[in-house]
Amino acid sequence: MEYFQQQFINLFGMEWGAMLFAFASNMIFILAIVIPLLLGVAYLTFAERKIIAYMQIRVGPNRVTFFGIPWLRGWGQPIADAVKAIMKEIVIPTGANKFLFVLAPVLTIMPALAAWAVIPFSPEMVLADINAGLLYILAMTSMGIYGIIIAGWASNSKYAFLGAMRSAAQVVSYELAMGFALVCVLMMSQSLNLGDIVNGQQGDSLLNWYLIPLFPMFLVYLISGVAETNRAPFDVAEGESEIVAGFHVDYSGMAFTVFFLAEYSNMILVATLTSIMFLGGWLPPIDMTPFTWIPGFIWLLLKIAFILFLFLWFRATFPRYRYDQIMRLGWKVFIPITLVWIILLGTIMQLPDSARNSFPLNIWF
Amino acid sequence: MKRIKNFFKTFLLFELLKGMAITGRYLFKPKITVHFPEEKTPQSPRFRGLHALRRYPNGEERCIACKLCEAVCPAMAITIDSELRADGTRRTTRYDIDLAKCIFCGFCEESCPVDSIVETRILEYHGEKRGDLIYTKEMLLAIGDRYEEQIAKDREADARYR
Repeated sequence: MEYFQQQFINLFGMEWGAMLFAFASNMIFILAIVIPLLLGVAYLTFAERKIIAYMQIRVGPNRVTFFGIPWLRGWGQPIADAVKAIMKEIVIPTGANKFLFVLAPVLTIMPALAAWAVIPFSPEMVLADINAGLLYILAMTSMGIYGIIIAGWASNSKYAFLGAMRSAAQVVSYELAMGFALVCVLMMSQSLNLGDIVNGQQGDSLLNWYLIPLFPMFLVYLISGVAETNRAPFDVAEGESEIVAGFHVDYSGMAFTVFFLAEYSNMILVATLTSIMFLGGWLPPIDMTPFTWIPGFIWLLLKIAFILFLFLWFRATFPRYRYDQIMRLGWKVFIPITLVWIILLGTIMQLPDSARNSFPLNIWF
Repeated sequence: MKRIKNFFKTFLLFELLKGMAITGRYLFKPKITVHFPEEKTPQSPRFRGLHALRRYPNGEERCIACKLCEAVCPAMAITIDSELRADGTRRTTRYDIDLAKCIFCGFCEESCPVDSIVETRILEYHGEKRGDLIYTKEMLLAIGDRYEEQIAKDREADARYR
C-alpha cells in the first residue's frame, strides 16, 4: 500500500500523487466489491431456479455448461442469460417519457450498489468506515423506490403505473417497521457504525448475537426485507398473474436486466444486513479454535448464503399476499410489535445494574 | 378460547413453518424429471407420429390410390393424384401430406384398406423453412422403408384389437 502511494507521489508530485492514489485505490476497492457482487447476483438467479425447481421435484436448468464439462451442467446458464439480454433490443414505447424511461433503471441500481460502500466484510475490509453507516444504508435502500415509481410513470402504461403505486405504498409501509426493528439494534449496540454493531455482538458463542434477545425483531426485519425487495410472497408490485410484470412491463433487454440486477443485489444487501445486525456478521458461531481458523469473511458469506436460501425457500413455499393483507401485516402487526419491543428493551436497559448483571441478561447488556 | 389459540398460531408463524417444512422435505426428494434427449418416456405401439407409406415384402407399394385417407382427413392435409399404370393397376403419382396442417388424428391409417399409410413412433423431426413440412410420396416411402421393422412390429402388437 505505502509503496504504491510513494510511487504515485514520485510520479505526480506531492498533492496530485496523494489525490490520484486515493482515487485509484478507491476505484480498485469499488471494483473489488461490485464485480463479485454482480457475479453473486448472476449465480443467485441460478441458485433460485435450481432450489425452487428442486422444491417442486424438478431439476431446473441443467443444459448449459462451460466447455462441455459434464459436472458443470447448468452452471453456464447465468452467463447465457446475460448474453441473451445484452443482445436484445431496448424498446422505448411511443407514449413514454424517453428521458425518465432510460433514467429509471439507473436510479434503481445506483442506490442498490452504493449501499455496499459501508458494509464491513471483516474487521478491516470496509470501503467507507463512516459513523452513520446504518443511517446511510436506510437512506440508500429507500432511494431505490424512486427508480420504481419513475419507471412506472414513464412507461405510460396502466399496468406499469399500478405496479409502481403498489410498490411505493408497500415499501414505504415496511420501511417503518424495518426502521423500528433497527432502532432496537441501535439500542443494543449504542452505535450507528456497522462495524461497531458487529463488535457489540462479540462473545463466547452465538448466544451473544442480537438474534436471541431481539428474535421478534429479527423476524420483523427479515419479513420486511422480503417486502422491501418486492420478493414473493410480497411481490404484488410485479405480480405476474395480475398486472403482468408491474413497473417493468415495458422494459426489455438490458434495461430490464438492470432492474433485475437491482432487485437481486438488494436481496443480497438485505441478507448481508440481516447477518451483520442479527447474526453477528463476521463472528464465528463459537469462539473456539476450529471455528476461529476460518476467516471472518467466510463466516459472513455463509450467513448471507443462509439468509438468501431462506428468501428462495419463502418464494417456493408461500402464495402471494392479497394487497390489503400486506398493508394489515405492515401497519397493524409489525409496527405494534416493534413498538412494544422498543419499550421492553428500554425498560430492561434502565433496570438497576444489579438486575442487569444477573444471569440471562448479563450476556447482552 | 378458539380465537386465542388461533391468535397464537398465527403469531408464532406455526402454519408458515409447517408449509416450509413440506417444501424443505421436497427439496431432498428424488426428482421425477425425464431428461429428454438422453431418457425417453415409453411409447405405445399405437403412437401417432410422423407418417410413412409401406410396401409389400416384394417391394410393391401398398397404396392403391383409393383416396379414402384424402376423403377422411379432417384437416385436409392429404393431396393425392393417381394414374393407371402400365400393368393395369391404379397407383398414385402424387401423395403429399402437409404436416403443418395434419392434426395426427390417425383417421388416415384407420381408413386405409391396405395398411399403406401409417403413423410411426417418430416425433423428433422439424422443418427449417416453409415447405419443409410438406412430405411427398418419395419421402413417405423412404420413411416406411427405413422403419418397416418397427412399423410391422407395432401393427402386429395391435392387430388383436383392430
